[in-house]
Amino acid sequence: MNRLWLYLNQLGSPPNFWRWSGPWMRVSFILALILTSIGLYGGLVLAPLDYLQGETFRIIYIHVPAAVSSMSIFVFMAVQGAAALIWRIKICEIFVVCAAPIGAMFTVLTLVTGMLWGKPTWGTYWTWDARLTSELVLLFLYLGVIALYQSYSDLRAGARAASVLAIIGVVNVPIIHYSVQWWSTLHQGETITLTGSKMHASMLWPLLVMFVASKLYFLGSLLLRARVTLIEQESGKAWVRQALAIDTSEATNKPGQTSVSI
Amino acid sequence: MQAAASTILSARELIGSRGGFALFEPVSFDLQPGQLLWLEGDNGVGKTTLLRGLLGLAMLQFDSLCFLGQPLPAARAQMQQQTRWLSHQSSLKSVLSVAQNWRFWAVLYQHPPINAAELAETLGLEGLEDQPVASLSAGQKKRAQLALLQFGKPALWLLDEPFANLDQSGIALVERLICEHLDAGGAALSTSHGVLGTGSALAKRAHALKLRPAKLAQIDDLAHD
Amino acid sequence: MTSARSPHFASRWLQLLSSALVHELRQRLRQPSQLLHPIGFAVLVALLFGFAVGPQPEKLTLVAPAALFIALLLATFLSMELLFSSDFEDGTLDALSASGRELVPILYGKALAFWLAQGLSLLLALPLLMVLLNISVSLAPVLVFTFVMVSLGLSFLGLIGSALTVRLRAGAMLLMLLILPQAVPLLIFSLGAINAAQLGDSTAAPLFYLSAVTLALFVLAPLAAKGVLSQAIGD
Repeated sequence: MNRLWLYLNQLGSPPNFWRWSGPWMRVSFILALILTSIGLYGGLVLAPLDYLQGETFRIIYIHVPAAVSSMSIFVFMAVQGAAALIWRIKICEIFVVCAAPIGAMFTVLTLVTGMLWGKPTWGTYWTWDARLTSELVLLFLYLGVIALYQSYSDLRAGARAASVLAIIGVVNVPIIHYSVQWWSTLHQGETITLTGSKMHASMLWPLLVMFVASKLYFLGSLLLRARVTLIEQESGKAWVRQALAIDTSEATNKPGQTSVSI
Repeated sequence: MQAAASTILSARELIGSRGGFALFEPVSFDLQPGQLLWLEGDNGVGKTTLLRGLLGLAMLQFDSLCFLGQPLPAARAQMQQQTRWLSHQSSLKSVLSVAQNWRFWAVLYQHPPINAAELAETLGLEGLEDQPVASLSAGQKKRAQLALLQFGKPALWLLDEPFANLDQSGIALVERLICEHLDAGGAALSTSHGVLGTGSALAKRAHALKLRPAKLAQIDDLAHD
Repeated sequence: MTSARSPHFASRWLQLLSSALVHELRQRLRQPSQLLHPIGFAVLVALLFGFAVGPQPEKLTLVAPAALFIALLLATFLSMELLFSSDFEDGTLDALSASGRELVPILYGKALAFWLAQGLSLLLALPLLMVLLNISVSLAPVLVFTFVMVSLGLSFLGLIGSALTVRLRAGAMLLMLLILPQAVPLLIFSLGAINAAQLGDSTAAPLFYLSAVTLALFVLAPLAAKGVLSQAIGD
């Protein structure tokens, strides 16, 4: 246990993170690209038509993975936030603030695809459906985390405040969802849901591929953002200069530029 | 290097930082009961940051920092309970009377019920204890603030510009209060631009600690506190 | 740390809570304008609603209770900033955070004082708003009860929000952006109760849920706010 703890701590130290995150990021992006192509081809071309909804059902291959990601990323932020506050691990703070824009992006994607699906199905872009409405509230929770982080001039203090807000939000999300559901049944009763009918295997596998692809995209994007934020926060430290050594030497070699000795 | 338990504050290689940059060269000191440490240094060198850091209001880096022989950060709460801060912010509510403000802080600092009139007299605020703080002058506010230093008999005083806004008798009052605190076995850490009157009782007991600005270098990150 | 079970701990807790409550209430009552401004604001919002909907009584009756309630809520949201702003400006917040004493009872005292003065003073606007918006007196009990509960819940939610933003000088807007989404359950259940009362349905379920959410905030928010205040240290 102790050895594992030590190992994890070393893995999270800024220079080590910089070293291992680069290859992981590239692999995640490449795999995400390949799997997305396969999944979309399978879903949009190969999968048979839904007997109830026709072609419109195909939007689930984007909508459902995005919706699942929008929720799981918030949980991920809260877990990282808790780790950041309890053990004061810097990389966890960075993960919280870097995951927020990605989560917000997935939430927007969920909302947009949900609305596009709603137009032919319900005849309107927006209905006050419980899921759609709680998704909108979730978007505002993400925006709150992002806005709070950006309001702090001290990046670390901002990241810690954002961590607290993410934890509070994750406690609140089930309550919000339940209250919205209560409200929606009160006003209009049950509606058709996007994933109501049972799926045939030929419809299911592209969905699973898209699930994995969305997670890999999240991982790659998170690592990319974390690397940029880390360099920003640690700029001037010895390891950053070492890590970026090639780049600075290239820059100083350019003609017309005065070389700066650090 | 372990300091004796009677040492009130013992610091080794203490650095204050702002935005990830070290402010001053690492300092080490031992503060014994009855001692006053006088922090010197130019504006912006981090005197106030050092005091705030000792209170737990800002980040400090150190090799070791012990309060009454107990190492920080484990002893943080104990240190906070036995440390009092005199800052340029009065922490007095301007709409309430002096006595009402005092009573709130006396309860917080677990001080026995106070006699406001008596306390006002010792601080040169005769008859002002029922006036709202807003009606006091800056110097009178400072005198009212001095009362908070004594509540709960803290072992360590951190004084940020204790003589600011005070007249001659006010300065004498602060010097007398510090002397009484030191005589009772307390210790104090003070920043000030004001010069101590040479030959005053306080000047003889004061040790100077000069803060020098750090060369531009980032401090290595500590994974914890 | 003293053990949480000892009688000394409980009496110390009560002592701190009551001391903070009295200290805070005194300040709020000394500044009556801070209590009156939100009332004026709420009445103005109701007036805007009247202008927006039009003077026909049948149209107004449909939205009036919701409009009234939203006016009261917005007024509460706007005054939330006042929970900590003076403590930050005069150094009380630093002195409290650095005191090494129990912060939670003090936060309870602050939130309760805010609720009693800032929140409940808005009830004074209720009769005027009801007359303006042509709301029947039979709705008064449920309006009063839901507002009392919701303003209690918001006072505690505001404790977290203003603890997060007090050192930023970012103002009420950021606070609203953080707190409004978190307040959705409170809003849904209170407006649900009002709608049910308006339609003559049973209000038991929404009032029960509203009380449950408020209770949860009452228990958890001071702990969270304490966490926020000790995290905000070190800028």
